Amino acid sequence: MTTQLRKAQTAAQNGSPAVEPAIQVTGLTKVYGPRGGSESKSGWFGGKKSEATKPKAAADEVSFSVAPGEFFVIMGLSGSGKSTVLRMLNRLVEPTSGELLIGGRDVATMPEGDLRELRNRKINMVFQHFALFPHRTVRENAAYALHVRNESAEKRAERADWALQTVGLGEWGDALPGELSGGMRQRVGLARALASDADILLMDEPFSALDPLIRRDMQDLLMTLQRDLRRTVVFVTHDLNEAMRMGDRIMIMRNGKVVQLGTAHEILNTPADDYVTEFISDVDRSRVLTAGTIMQAPLVTATEHDDPEDVLRRLSNVEGVGAYVLNDEGGIAGVTRVDLLAAAVGQQRTALGQLVTDEYRAVDADTPLADICALVGRNSVPLGVTDADGRLVGVVPRATLLAALATPGTADSAVVGARKDHDNA
Amino acid sequence: MPEINVGAPVGAFVDWLTANFGPLFHAISTVMLVLLDAVLIVLTAPSPYIVILVLVALALLERKWGFGLFTLLAFLLILAMGLWVEAMQTLALVVVATLIAVAIGIPVGIWAARSRRVSNVVRPILDFMQTLPVFVYLIPAVFFFGIGAVPGVVATLVFAIPPAVRLTELGIRSVDKEVTEAAVAFGAKPRQMLREVQLPLAMPSIMAGVNQTLMLALSCVVIAGLVGSGGLGAVVVRGISTLDVGAGFEGGIAVVFLAIYLDRLTSALAKPRRRRTKARKAEAEPATADQPALVSS
Repeated sequence: MTTQLRKAQTAAQNGSPAVEPAIQVTGLTKVYGPRGGSESKSGWFGGKKSEATKPKAAADEVSFSVAPGEFFVIMGLSGSGKSTVLRMLNRLVEPTSGELLIGGRDVATMPEGDLRELRNRKINMVFQHFALFPHRTVRENAAYALHVRNESAEKRAERADWALQTVGLGEWGDALPGELSGGMRQRVGLARALASDADILLMDEPFSALDPLIRRDMQDLLMTLQRDLRRTVVFVTHDLNEAMRMGDRIMIMRNGKVVQLGTAHEILNTPADDYVTEFISDVDRSRVLTAGTIMQAPLVTATEHDDPEDVLRRLSNVEGVGAYVLNDEGGIAGVTRVDLLAAAVGQQRTALGQLVTDEYRAVDADTPLADICALVGRNSVPLGVTDADGRLVGVVPRATLLAALATPGTADSAVVGARKDHDNA
Repeated sequence: MPEINVGAPVGAFVDWLTANFGPLFHAISTVMLVLLDAVLIVLTAPSPYIVILVLVALALLERKWGFGLFTLLAFLLILAMGLWVEAMQTLALVVVATLIAVAIGIPVGIWAARSRRVSNVVRPILDFMQTLPVFVYLIPAVFFFGIGAVPGVVATLVFAIPPAVRLTELGIRSVDKEVTEAAVAFGAKPRQMLREVQLPLAMPSIMAGVNQTLMLALSCVVIAGLVGSGGLGAVVVRGISTLDVGAGFEGGIAVVFLAIYLDRLTSALAKPRRRRTKARKAEAEPATADQPALVSS
């Protein structure tokens, strides 16, 4: 997560007018049943979901907003209404009531023609069972949105090939979907959504039909793509580990209602109710939480120009044994220790720059806790956390790491990474 | 128990139609005769040997040598039995009836697939058409269109349209819902989705419907021989009425040959075509691309 994104998120959460949300949903409700208006206008789908005779809200007064570039996860078990909410965003399911703004435009009342245009250019979708067109080649599948908007053949082929390259299927353009494996088919599904340049990607449990190893690959692929392309993603899943791993923010749903909405860290540390608590007891915290989410500000840092005696006094105030020494750009120049400083004070040396060692370890803010366990507590200073430019942004002391790994309330279920992430698949 | 006379109003209605819509029935009759004559001329103008060669060539398009050989022998036998013209008359009746049945049945099937209400209205009508004994509407058809080939075609249509409607509707309804959702989600118009997604994916089922229509048409044109439709039906009817079992059997076996030929020819079309070269390539290179290098990294 970049700081830029954090700002965008905070703005969205605070309702600040600085960044207009990509998606703004207020009180969205869907009631299936005789009086629920489930008869969709186009009427092209044979099967309707209305089996229950009494009206039941599949989505009940759901409100949230998604910032541009955010990876927003809707999480819930089957029947929780998560797919209904997702399908209302592009009106594959007609909302019964509520307000839906996308890029500031009112979508809920949009006429058919504008809606088709919006679906074609602004919001694309990736499906659970891939939903490729089996009689079209992989390239034609990837170019479908451009085909619908009548782009020239060269433009179509160019964009489709770019999208296929991006998902790692550059050489498979002439194949038919039936000739591809499951993981490759979903790559085509992803390429189809990327090729049209839509800002918003709706993903309906896109990886749940894949086996665990391929699923992991696809998650990595999507995260890499997201780092480069920065689309706004609304991602539906029933797998909390997947949700925590990928999502900037997570919305947990149950029986059509929103139970909790927050970052992975917030949900793990302050679950809204017993349902969420039970849910997160299954989570492998060491893989979900990252160094960036649990890091703290360093108690003492020094610059290369500081006076050793001053640094020694500051260190002894907090009973520390070492401190990071930063260069002028904020990067780590090295680590100084109490014994080095004390020796320097005795010898009247003043330049701190010569009193550093490289006895420290630093990790990227995105590193999961599982990968830093082995690094913490080895040196005189806590583990350093750096941003993309190598600047020190925080530290992870051993106690902080242990506290983060322990599940609040039920210490016995603290997870040590043995839990499989697909037992409910 | 009061007695209800259902038959009398129906009879009166048929009389009323005959009296008031004579010109309309006459026009329909003329158009059908023109169609029948056109097809018949194409089938009978060239030498029978040339027609047989064309039929064999069509059979060989599917690359099944046994089927080609069967076609050759079957049609030569029909020719040798002296039933060539009658067989071609029957073939013309079947072709025209099937074309009209498909032209009506597929659009109705599409309509029924799009709307649950239409489907609910159409279904009992189809049941009615399929189960009402042929003779019950064969006789009124003679009132409307006179003796000859046309009432035979009309009666055949009533009998042969239902499978085209049913299997078209079934085919479109059983297209994967996610796939149709995907077309909508990428902004396809309803008509575009029908043309590009639903019809191609429903095609095997629709072609099975065409095949069934053809078979029912063939079984019905024999009955239509009773009202002077000519062809093999007339041969069979004449054989039965003169108690000439041998002649009746000759007509019957010729019908069977036509049926087998038309069935094999159209059921081959119902199978989804695969591009063989591609399929082989995919098998030769097992899916290694599940962990391809990321281009973007």
